Amino acid sequence: MIQLTNLHKAFGSQKVLNGLNLTIPDGQITAIIGPSGEGKSVLLRHIIGLMQPDSGRVEIDGESIIGIRRSEMNRIREKFGMLFQNAALFDSMTVFENVAFPLQEKTSYSKDEIRIRVLSALEDVGLKNVEHKYTDELSGGMKKRVGLARALLLNPGIILFDEPTTGLDPIIKRAIHQLIKDTHEKFGFTAVVVSHEIPDIFDIAQNVAMLFRGEIRQYGPADEIRNSSDPVVKQFISGSLDGPIQMV
Amino acid sequence: MSGAVQFIGRVTIASVRDLGRIGWFLIYSLYMILRCPGSPLQILKQIRFIGAKSLFVIFLTAAFTGMVLGLQGYYTLTKFGSEGMLGTAVALSLIRELGPVLTALMVTGRAGSAITAEIGIMRITEQIDALETMALDPFRYLVTPKFIAAMLSLPLLCAIFDVVGIYGGWVVGVKLLGVNPGAYFYEMEKAVVWRDVYSGIVKSFSFGLIIAWIGCYKGYYAGHGAEGVSKATTESVVLTSVLILVWDYFLTSILL
Ligand SMILES: Nc1ncnc2c1ncn2[C@@H]1O[C@H](COP(=O)(O)OP(=O)(O)OP(=O)(O)O)[C@@H](O)[C@H]1O
Ligand SMILES: [Mg+2]
Repeated sequence: MIQLTNLHKAFGSQKVLNGLNLTIPDGQITAIIGPSGEGKSVLLRHIIGLMQPDSGRVEIDGESIIGIRRSEMNRIREKFGMLFQNAALFDSMTVFENVAFPLQEKTSYSKDEIRIRVLSALEDVGLKNVEHKYTDELSGGMKKRVGLARALLLNPGIILFDEPTTGLDPIIKRAIHQLIKDTHEKFGFTAVVVSHEIPDIFDIAQNVAMLFRGEIRQYGPADEIRNSSDPVVKQFISGSLDGPIQMV
Repeated sequence: MSGAVQFIGRVTIASVRDLGRIGWFLIYSLYMILRCPGSPLQILKQIRFIGAKSLFVIFLTAAFTGMVLGLQGYYTLTKFGSEGMLGTAVALSLIRELGPVLTALMVTGRAGSAITAEIGIMRITEQIDALETMALDPFRYLVTPKFIAAMLSLPLLCAIFDVVGIYGGWVVGVKLLGVNPGAYFYEMEKAVVWRDVYSGIVKSFSFGLIIAWIGCYKGYYAGHGAEGVSKATTESVVLTSVLILVWDYFLTSILL
């Protein structure tokens, strides 16, 4: 269980998180939606301890991760996999080396075993014959999928996805959503998916939380959010220009 | 008025924080070297980059430094009629002082800047964050191999610098200016003692540490975007060079 309590985070005078509370249940897919620049990526970085809140608590399975030692933090991070919004691939390595890296470092698999696993993980995300390429030779969507393969490969208990399908064509998008759904059914990990894919995300996630003005505006089962009567949530889901969310 | 006080306060706090951070960085790096130094392959790669690829530059600078020492030394020593001491003068200047310092400055320009740029780009493209989320200590992959490689490479490069420089001085002194060839090496052998060599090794070793330390630190805390990295690179070269010269003074006064 991931529990965020009264999180505050400001960059200079800009308040990004403003007393945010959120409890993410185990073994389910929880989507986080919200306008661009509202702090969804910042929220994920707090969950995995890449950012420290100005105040508030972050607890993973009941353990606080604020101000703990590095070794403790690493122990907790073993539970995690993460797909970054920009994929964050190692640019001095090939695609194969990128995906193989965590396996080499954290498991005792043989070379052949690693090779089989990496190639099948790449195939799962629809990539073939690119394993020898360097990451700057890939399209944006391909990078994303390499990042996805890397995040899924170690079968972590909790996976954070920062916009897994942004920038992908509709068919690959569908395939990635299906992949997340299938692997989730198979392994039962806890997933936090930041996504702008509305309405598709409602079919994948069990719970949806809407982030707005540094707080969780509404949080509940996907269908409840889909049919929300909250004017902010309603406007965001319908993508209407009229309503409380104003473009600046 | 209160604005000025606030400003001074802010600057003071920021510099104390930076000093703490840079000190902590060194301590943590040394701790990591002892605990898990990183893979031998990584270390070898870094030795290749920091050491082997600096060879050409070191050869070139060493040859000309030795040659100019030959000229200057000859000019000075003839005033006292003791050109026979030329070998000693060249060797001692190189081994005790110029070898370690110039080697370190050349490597700073070549490899120190590249270390900062490499780590800085990994920082701004979230590759360091990615390592952290995999529960892999970025120090083990990025920092400790560079420390070890720099500390091993610098003394070796310095030794090469010394030898090439001594022959540079020999070419000018003996071949061009006609100093007695026997005296050049004989006097050198008599005057140079193990302590001189030892102090050169200690110096280069500690300069290697400084190059890796500042290079990695500046990259690790690089600012925003391409500009942040380029600024970090410049600062890294300047700070490393200054530290090398300052530390050289203190070390010399201790070792003398
Ligand atoms: N390291 C940082 N320093 C300063 N400001 C930051 C930093 N990271 C994020 N911000 C600010 O925090 C706000 C939220 O950023 P964040 O990346 O979380 O948005 P987001 O909700 O993920 O948006 P998007 O959907 O476009 O990815 C933005 O206004 C951004 O400018
Ligand atoms: Mg984002």
